[in-house]
Amino acid sequence: MKDTVFTLASRLKEKKISSVELTKAYIHAIEKENSALNAYVSFNFEEALKQAEEADRMLAQGACSPLCGIPMTLKDNICAKGVPTTCASRILQDYKPVYDATAWSKLRALGAVMLGKTNMDEFAMGSTCETSCYGATKNPRDPAKVPGGSSGGGAAAVCANLAPYALGSDTGGSIRQPASFCGIVGLKPTYGAVSRYGLVAYGSSLDQIGPLTTSVRDAALVFDAIKGKDPFDDTSRAVDLSSTLLKEDVRGVKVGVIREYFDGLGEEISSAIGKTIAFLQENGAEIISLSLPEIKLALPVYYIIACAEASSNLGRYDGIRYGYRVENYTTLDDMISKVRSEGFGKEVKRRIMLGSYVLSSGYYDAYYKKARKLRSQLAADLNKAFRSCDVLIAPTTASTAFPLNNPTKSVTETYLTDIYTVPVNVAGLPAVSLPCGKDKSGMPIGLQFIGGKFEEGKILSVARFLEEHFDCGIEEYEGGVRL
Amino acid sequence: MKYEMVVGLETHVELATATKIFCGCTTSFGGKPNTHCCPICTGQPGTLPLLNKKVVEYAVRAGLATHCEINRVSHMDRKNYVYPDLPKAYQISQFDEPVCKNGYVQLDSGKRIRILRIHIEEDAGKLVHEGGCTYIDYNRGGVPLIEIVSEPDISSPAEAKEYIEKLQLIMRFIGVSDCKMQEGSMRCDVNVSLRPFGQKEYGTRAEIKNMNSVSFIVKALEYEYERQSDLLDSGEKVTQDTLRYDESTGATVLMRRKEDAQDYRYFPEPDILTFTISPEQVALIQKTMPELPDEKKAKYLALGLSEKVVSDLYRYKKATDFYEEAMQRGASSGKAASYIVGTIYSTLATEEEKENFALRITAADFAELVSYVDKGLDFAVGKKALLTMLETGKKVTQVLSPAELNLSDEEDPQLVAYCKEVIAERAQAVADFKSGRETAIYSLYGALKGKAGKTVNIKLADKILRRLMAE
Repeated sequence: MKDTVFTLASRLKEKKISSVELTKAYIHAIEKENSALNAYVSFNFEEALKQAEEADRMLAQGACSPLCGIPMTLKDNICAKGVPTTCASRILQDYKPVYDATAWSKLRALGAVMLGKTNMDEFAMGSTCETSCYGATKNPRDPAKVPGGSSGGGAAAVCANLAPYALGSDTGGSIRQPASFCGIVGLKPTYGAVSRYGLVAYGSSLDQIGPLTTSVRDAALVFDAIKGKDPFDDTSRAVDLSSTLLKEDVRGVKVGVIREYFDGLGEEISSAIGKTIAFLQENGAEIISLSLPEIKLALPVYYIIACAEASSNLGRYDGIRYGYRVENYTTLDDMISKVRSEGFGKEVKRRIMLGSYVLSSGYYDAYYKKARKLRSQLAADLNKAFRSCDVLIAPTTASTAFPLNNPTKSVTETYLTDIYTVPVNVAGLPAVSLPCGKDKSGMPIGLQFIGGKFEEGKILSVARFLEEHFDCGIEEYEGGVRL
Repeated sequence: MKYEMVVGLETHVELATATKIFCGCTTSFGGKPNTHCCPICTGQPGTLPLLNKKVVEYAVRAGLATHCEINRVSHMDRKNYVYPDLPKAYQISQFDEPVCKNGYVQLDSGKRIRILRIHIEEDAGKLVHEGGCTYIDYNRGGVPLIEIVSEPDISSPAEAKEYIEKLQLIMRFIGVSDCKMQEGSMRCDVNVSLRPFGQKEYGTRAEIKNMNSVSFIVKALEYEYERQSDLLDSGEKVTQDTLRYDESTGATVLMRRKEDAQDYRYFPEPDILTFTISPEQVALIQKTMPELPDEKKAKYLALGLSEKVVSDLYRYKKATDFYEEAMQRGASSGKAASYIVGTIYSTLATEEEKENFALRITAADFAELVSYVDKGLDFAVGKKALLTMLETGKKVTQVLSPAELNLSDEEDPQLVAYCKEVIAERAQAVADFKSGRETAIYSLYGALKGKAGKTVNIKLADKILRRLMAE
């Protein structure tokens, strides 16, 4: 794997290229290649060039962040002042935030250059990027397949060398799953490690912003830049990344394997992960087998809590203050009803209804309350695993990227594909997904390392070791801006 | 009267914090529409609320002043409903873990109206209907409120009135709210039902929403008593309705029936962490609590002030502060109280002016004046001087001449001479006084003022008169 950001940073530092030149190269590639992929949904080129000029000035004055002057993208649910932020929903068409998300303003202060906003499933609800009002994004490695979701646009852009890195968001796997499908790295930080201020809410107690990158080292770099206590997010807190970093090798590192994670897992993925486990063991890691039967409950728990929170979070989209508005209506109720009927897509409506249902009086105890109880149990059980393990290893997904417009999958089958990613969100843990092999058609297979709360350093250390020493066999994408 | 009235009140009190409950916007009343708001209080996508710690502190103060228990652990909840004045489509409130619970307010009769809970929440914006259009003003959106929920312990409109007025006074005294009902900083939802005397079970209640005047609450309750007892008398049932009070007709009007009641789908607010209020914090807040209205009242009565004076004095916090400072500086309690209630109030036209008690003189200036009266300056002269002081901001020594203030204990031969004259001229009064009618001496004072002028040192003259009459 290549350290795109670090490589570009050293070129900028050595003055082999300027940020403006680099930005122009990306703009050129995007103009040429984006239409085939539909990774970007809006472009910020004019502003990006201004930001690049500013970054060049900062570099000339000796700016020391490797992120200074490096182009990047934001998922379309992360607010940037004056830049359309639509969550890939018709209901927020043309919506321009009046403020910057904290994660973006931190990067911006370091000299980041924002190329544009990337595609996603509408309001981050989905795992294929197909529920976007802008149409689906295609997987750069096979345009007949989905890039995953919901941060599919960012994953596709990074995979296709149309951005050195991207910020995505992960509520139930929305960073890790597309990273896995596209063969790149995706980090879902501990809940609270990165401020959610400016991230348009889906499931507030589950959402986290995180980086999509071409390498673990790049992911650590971006994470380090965006993490930390934000006075605008009560749930955020300070994180010391360096204190949890491990030594350069994995000798003595305790890697937990939850047996239930491998029940019914397909042969190809199972064997790819098996190989990496064997590799880690050969290099001195201690493999610990664990059983956690309750982990399967994470899926219903996730869907109940995420939908409940979403039903409330999305109540504000009524067409009154901003966003989509209808022309012909009789009463206020009629207007709101039309705005929401026409403005939201099918999947969003489904989740709003599910969420409203589980919070309704008469059903609250049976669904929402029970889910919360199970959630704390599950979190406690998962946390217990970190008494005996440094990290857990698990598949990121049950399959490699699936075909676009797959009509054979029912809604519940699609929800079931999140089974490996949601426990991490439910328990608020950090996890990093990275490629570990490919299937017979050459599509990437991902695995994830899961850590204890605020122990991003541990999972990034182990992932970095694997990335440097284990050949997952994934070729670099041919197009885009080549290093 | 066949039926007993059962009333419970939910009182919303707007807190007097400088900033809103979840953002840094000002809470000040008025202001051009939508100038006191920001991305957070207008619920822009992606924004998050930040709990203002002052709001929690104020709620604790309100709880301590109403004998509540303070919950050590508390959290916010979302109350979901759709209305254009609520930009997030949910109100951040508290459902099952309010800041305070189980308190009471004691009425003068000794009866206690129990308080079930006090919770914190945000206010909504305001709809303005103008020229066939509806506009939204979010200035009030996010202004902090406490909701004080009473048990159904109130049995009459008079008790309801007393309870609300007591709450109002208490909240003003502890500085958490100005409780101006006409400006909406205090509003009540009134729950009322009837039951035959002696029956234990409650009848079906109706709720009258959003009342903003004590007199309307009294009228609405009287109206509801008639309405509900008519229904019950004729064998019909009271339905669990939500009503509003129509000020022009004096009747309650149906807003919605129980079947149309909203399901608020409460759930814990994920954006704000559960917070704890430690006993140490509570103790710290307790230390800063002032004397409460009832305590003041008892204290003033114990000073020997009349009921009338006390009831005029104790209800204005700033007046009581002024009064107590004057006493500390040596003013006598009775005269100082009389001057405040009789003279100073006469210059403060409205309730609000009395509430604000903004004077051009300090309590020290006032105390100086009163001590001259204590030393013998004529009360009426003092009053006139006080009015001038209030008007000009001058001190008593600038208003009255040194001669007028010459209140030495040295017996001036001229004064003794006047006293002798008076005694000689008013034989009847002297006889009355000698026979034990103490008040007869007042007519001697009057006669003396006729000779020596109004500024005569009455205290000294009194001493001389008594001595001469005893000779």
